[in-house]
Amino acid sequence: MKKLLVIGTLVAGLGMGGMVAAEAETAPVLMKPKYTYDAKTIIAGAKLFAMHCMVCHSVQFMRYEFLTKDLGMSKADVHKYIMLPTGAGYKANMVSAMPVNMASKWFGRPPPDLSQMERYKSQDWIYTYLLSFYQDSKRPSGWNNHVFPNVAMPDVLAPMGGTWSEKGKLLKAGNESQQKFRKQVTDIVAFLRFVSDPSVIQRHEDGPWVLGLFALFTVFAYLLKKAYWKDVK
Amino acid sequence: MGLKEWVDKRSPLPDMWREHMAEYYAPKNFNIFYYAGSLLLLMVALQFLSGFLVLAHYVPSAEDAYNSVFGIMYDVKYGWLMQYMHVDGSSLIFVLLYVHMARGMIYGSYKAPRELVWIIGYILYLIFMAEAFFGYVLPYSNLSYWAGTVITSLLKSIPFIGNWVTIIARGGPGISGDTIGRFMALHVTLVFILIIGLIAVHILYLHKVGSNNPDGIDIKENKDSNGHPLDGIPFHPYYTVKDLSGFGVWLFIFAAVIFYAPTFHHIFLERTMSTPANALKSLPDVTPPWYLSPFYAMLRSIPNKNGGILLMLFAVLVPFLMPWLDRNPVRSTRFRPVTRIMLIIFFLNFFLLAWVGEQPPLPKYFFPERLGSVIYVGFFLLLPIVTMFEPTRKPPARVRYRAH
Repeated sequence: MKKLLVIGTLVAGLGMGGMVAAEAETAPVLMKPKYTYDAKTIIAGAKLFAMHCMVCHSVQFMRYEFLTKDLGMSKADVHKYIMLPTGAGYKANMVSAMPVNMASKWFGRPPPDLSQMERYKSQDWIYTYLLSFYQDSKRPSGWNNHVFPNVAMPDVLAPMGGTWSEKGKLLKAGNESQQKFRKQVTDIVAFLRFVSDPSVIQRHEDGPWVLGLFALFTVFAYLLKKAYWKDVK
Repeated sequence: MGLKEWVDKRSPLPDMWREHMAEYYAPKNFNIFYYAGSLLLLMVALQFLSGFLVLAHYVPSAEDAYNSVFGIMYDVKYGWLMQYMHVDGSSLIFVLLYVHMARGMIYGSYKAPRELVWIIGYILYLIFMAEAFFGYVLPYSNLSYWAGTVITSLLKSIPFIGNWVTIIARGGPGISGDTIGRFMALHVTLVFILIIGLIAVHILYLHKVGSNNPDGIDIKENKDSNGHPLDGIPFHPYYTVKDLSGFGVWLFIFAAVIFYAPTFHHIFLERTMSTPANALKSLPDVTPPWYLSPFYAMLRSIPNKNGGILLMLFAVLVPFLMPWLDRNPVRSTRFRPVTRIMLIIFFLNFFLLAWVGEQPPLPKYFFPERLGSVIYVGFFLLLPIVTMFEPTRKPPARVRYRAH
């Protein structure tokens, strides 16, 4: 009887949860980027980010040297592919050369810093957002976005991925194949994910040691407990 | 005369050691739920350690708070470890608090003579809530800003002086750098000291009346010729070594969270915690952290601000009455199946409320919200009636314990 009641409540609770969850959401369905999260993908993303995004967007909490220290990129590569030709310091933060007050003037509001954007919005959101631009002559920039309606940002990746209409028709092909373009967007997403929490490298390096140490401690502590509790009858 | 003897003659510590450790007799049949108490002590110590370290780098001002918090993450050596320890630690403390309280409810540990132990413990739980709230306003993220606004606006409902109290609490008409200053002072001094002090009081009151056990029977009724309980064992060394192995398992879990799931799918560290405070960008739905959301769901379930606040206050305060709402002289629900079923429903309902409290305020959630509130309140209303008439088995004379 007791078990039946418990099961009954569980089923009722789950049923109710399911009922609520089954109702349609209004927000567009987000796509999931598929990739292996490793240094190679992140570095590819960093290069794309430096070329296409950093003109306007900073990742002010990142430092150029993290790319060397955490990801193993060579210092020469960082200078060649990532750093601005203005000769920013190697230990300095990755800040866009665009002055914030000018950017506010040009776009209506300054492009946001992207340091924690992946944590804030999720990688699925960024991935879908970057693939959801369409041409819209009613907007001052000429662009609009399905995920972020009336966004101020223009589709800077259009030369690569092509120009699309609101209904999803290709208006002007980009110079990359769709498959390659999606891979590049994925790389940028991987870089932003890394930027939002660079500790992941060290966490995964140290993790097994720390867990191993506590596991070992537990074994010895348990044996000690066993030895002491022998005489508890 | 050796140095040890010289000190022992003058120190209160040897007596305290005997009273609270070496000759404190605890029942030998504690089960897994009894680890939560000592683990909470460990976690408070670790929160102090990680809090001390992040405090050394934190800048309490509206301009710099957010940047300094993320400066710890990116630029301070092992800063991420301090930060994640402190963030995940606070959520895990609430996991343990709920296990600890549920344990007390299942085995009737709040009943005579332990009413004051329950009440002090419950006050501690409320103070932990306050500590957590002040803590999550400090990073001055957008969630900090809006959660701080929502929670302090509850004070506006105080009759007559509500607006004045709210301004005092915030340090101005809205959340600002002044709010951060006073919340930091509360977080690291007053409220923290209250927690430490009340933990000591909680343990002293417990040791005066002795620990309960899963069978809920009094071990002091069966004593040997030395006057020691037959079913009791000295806390030291038996429970110190047992708790030590519990520490090992728990630290493994804690480290696994920190190293492999530090945001715990954004339950322990919400997404809106990673964007700076913006007074012009209100969050679509300001939901509290998971450990407060059951009460938030009840607050929302009444479509009237003051009505909701009254229900929430009732929900938060009514567990104080547990020792008197339960009319059955038998403590443990091992012998009171009806109360045990009611408790299981109560706990499941608490999860339902926690889940629904995290959802956006949409009409489709009204039903589970209200059902959850009704079950929560209903539990406390039914408890005195059920416990007066429920079928009760006779507890055994001695605690049941299988040597292993």
